[in-house]
Amino acid sequence: MLKILKYSFFDLIRSRWSYVYLLFYLLLGFVLLFLNEDLSKAVITLMNVIIILVPLIGTIFGVMYYYDSKEFTELLLAQPVKRSSIFIGQYLGVSLSLVMSLVIGLGLPFVFYGLFQSSAIFDFTLLLVTGALLTLAFTAIAFNIALYNENKIKGFSYAILMWLFMAVIYDGLFLMFLVIFDTYPLDKFSLIATMLNPIDLSRILILLKLDIAALLGYTGAIFKEFFGTNTGLFSALGALMIWVVLPVFNIYRKSKKKDF
Amino acid sequence: MSIFLLFTQSFNAQDIEVCQTCETRSISDAISQAKPGDKIIVKEGVYKEHKIIIDKPITLIGENLPIVDGENKGDIFQVFADSVTIDGLKLINVGSSYTSDFAAIRLSRAKNFLIQNLELRKIFFGIYLEKSHHGTIRNNNILGDAVNEHNSGNGIHLWYSKNVKIEDNLIQKVRDGIYLEFADDCVISNNKSIDNLRYGLHFMFSNDDVYQHNIFENNGAGVAVMFSKRIEMIRNEFKYNWGTAAYGLLLKEINDATIESNIFEENTTGINVEGSNRITYTKNDFKDNGTAIKVLGACYDNIFTLNNFLYNSFDVSFNSRLNTNRFHQNYWSEYTGYDLDEDGYGDVPYRPVKLFSYVVNQIPEAIILMRSLFVDIIDFSEKVSPVFTPDNLLDEEPLIRKYND
Amino acid sequence: MIKIDNLHKKFGKNEVLKGVDLNIPEKGIFAVLGPNGSGKTTLIKSILGMVVPDKGKIFIKGKETQQNGAYRSDIDYLPQIANFPNNLGVKELIKMIKDLRGVNADYDELIKVFKLEPFLNKKLNNLSGGTKQKVNIVLTFMFDSQIVILDEPTTGLDPVALIHLKNLIKKEKEKGKTILVTSHIMSFVEEISDEIVFILEGKIYFKGNLQELREKTGEADFEHAIANLLMKDHA
Repeated sequence: MLKILKYSFFDLIRSRWSYVYLLFYLLLGFVLLFLNEDLSKAVITLMNVIIILVPLIGTIFGVMYYYDSKEFTELLLAQPVKRSSIFIGQYLGVSLSLVMSLVIGLGLPFVFYGLFQSSAIFDFTLLLVTGALLTLAFTAIAFNIALYNENKIKGFSYAILMWLFMAVIYDGLFLMFLVIFDTYPLDKFSLIATMLNPIDLSRILILLKLDIAALLGYTGAIFKEFFGTNTGLFSALGALMIWVVLPVFNIYRKSKKKDF
Repeated sequence: MSIFLLFTQSFNAQDIEVCQTCETRSISDAISQAKPGDKIIVKEGVYKEHKIIIDKPITLIGENLPIVDGENKGDIFQVFADSVTIDGLKLINVGSSYTSDFAAIRLSRAKNFLIQNLELRKIFFGIYLEKSHHGTIRNNNILGDAVNEHNSGNGIHLWYSKNVKIEDNLIQKVRDGIYLEFADDCVISNNKSIDNLRYGLHFMFSNDDVYQHNIFENNGAGVAVMFSKRIEMIRNEFKYNWGTAAYGLLLKEINDATIESNIFEENTTGINVEGSNRITYTKNDFKDNGTAIKVLGACYDNIFTLNNFLYNSFDVSFNSRLNTNRFHQNYWSEYTGYDLDEDGYGDVPYRPVKLFSYVVNQIPEAIILMRSLFVDIIDFSEKVSPVFTPDNLLDEEPLIRKYND
Repeated sequence: MIKIDNLHKKFGKNEVLKGVDLNIPEKGIFAVLGPNGSGKTTLIKSILGMVVPDKGKIFIKGKETQQNGAYRSDIDYLPQIANFPNNLGVKELIKMIKDLRGVNADYDELIKVFKLEPFLNKKLNNLSGGTKQKVNIVLTFMFDSQIVILDEPTTGLDPVALIHLKNLIKKEKEKGKTILVTSHIMSFVEEISDEIVFILEGKIYFKGNLQELREKTGEADFEHAIANLLMKDHA
């Protein structure tokens, strides 16, 4: 598996798109910090960008890479290599190269502007961890979609729809539900509904940093326990990890049964 | 004239020393020996006394912070005379009661007093003024151990007292740090009121007071101003008041006040305004609050100008469709407009009320959806064509750069 | 060498293999023939483990094939469509496959034969279809496994390369290998194969050498013989 990972990774870090992605983050980081040298404020702006953009990029790259390397996959399938190793290896290749672009692309500008002397280092680390987990989760989900759909156009459409659903539609339905069932206690529901969407989970991590004052204005004891302590941070990170593990496990499961 | 009086008094005055080995061993004895204008010097030591009555104009000074232990039996000092000074004592163990408001120092119908450099510990009420005017309370350190509102007292309590100066005090862990009821023309400055159960500073039915350069941190709510008129609030800091009913500043039924150059930082609600009219909000900084300004009920003709609204979750929350309040030339960190004519004001008006703040007022749990793309989209559409928010609630000339004093 | 027992495979409702039994002995070139959609590729992919059969067993060298794919180290496979990771160079690809297999590979000679030297450092997505196929051939023949499976090996090759390919196949046969070929070029099949397996509608319709085929169909010409097999079926 490590060999596959290595080759996928090197294949990708030499592709033009990885550079575009890397450049985008470099530019974003430098421009943000140039306009506003306050590192913490830049981190906050980036968080807003990252929770929408990273899933989109992860989804697109994941699907694209899967379909693009289909024949290569077949070549590998004829080699004495385990199937799961091929797919997990490729998956890790894509997601890790994306994570690397993210870390380097944002890391360089921030280090340049004095990250290590700044108090924003914790927030920045949280930002990178969130970004990395989101990349891992969405690339894995994209791989799943591609594995279930032979048709490239279909797979692509489903993947984009999935992203749109997670990024926008889900929250719309969520809010609608809250409006309709206004008279019931909703705090447990809200927390569970949040756990079921990795984008919402990452958003919670941002809220915990940014809007803690507003969050604590709510009376519910469950919210208070969740947001007022480290429970919120750890359970959100934990749930996000589950969002990585489950799709990856399904790649493993599905790849064993699939015909090529 | 008064200077002359003071001078002659001190000229004739006599010093009385109190200590364990002195002729006079108790403060009460010293006071009964003293003549008006005398100075009593209390040496270092512990004095187990309570209900010490001061009924003549004398000066009471502690050396090296002697301790007066009230042994939880009630008021420690009771002052019934004018021109009394109490200086440099540590007063402990007042003892609480459900029927009477025990205090470390009670002043009743006293004028021209000076209470300073005291340390108050294990108190019920700290310094309690009834119908006492023209005095100063300065540089005291008051630390209570309040747990419940109903069986705790206030740090500095004024009732029907006018023209009192309260300055440089540190007040912690009592019910209200400073409480004013029917107290007019008072000046409250440079105090720190921290970790108090209810309010850092509390006005009830008090008019024409000024408070300035104070710091209010981590109280149930920073300052509450209720049923009062013409209060000036200048250069104070309201910080870290977190919780459901936690406000930096609570305004209820007050009129014609000035709120200027204050800092509101990291409060669940910066200012909570109910039924208050003709208030000018100028040059204040609202930073990292849950809601910077929450307006409830009928509030008319308030003016907000030259304020900085920086990174609040919500800048303004408004529960009525009717608006006669005016936002003018404030700086809003969320403003995304441009200034093509470079006059320093954005060319596009800013709407400080977001639709989502309405939603959250209705359904508090919805707060969990804050900063989601969906919420941004509905906020944006509301911004473009307001349906739920007052149409005229906007800043026509938002500042492009932060206002600096 | 390769033994297949009662192999079934459905893709959705489409039953592609309906109980294939096949025994391919050691040594020799075996051509798998059949009309489009008869299940040739599915059969080959089943042997390689790329298709998971619904029913039936496959034995390679007497051992049943396993999920982990280790048995594939005994097989060299030339896939029908040769597409490679786009950002790799030819040389890198060769090294990579070699690295993946973890065995010795002898490719210098092959590169020379197919005149691939000028392309060694070029990226694969810049190569023509024929050149890609040559690379594909190099990747297959550079190993020295007991079984060689070639799926449409002639696709896109120029006549010179075709001759080289035929020589290669013959050489491998002389080494005593088992070679499985599918092709649409009947002359090619006729020239190289020792035995023919004809698949029709998911079943082995004919298995035997050229002589037997001629006898069965009564056609002297190979191409006609095959056509005859088909016609009969449709009749």
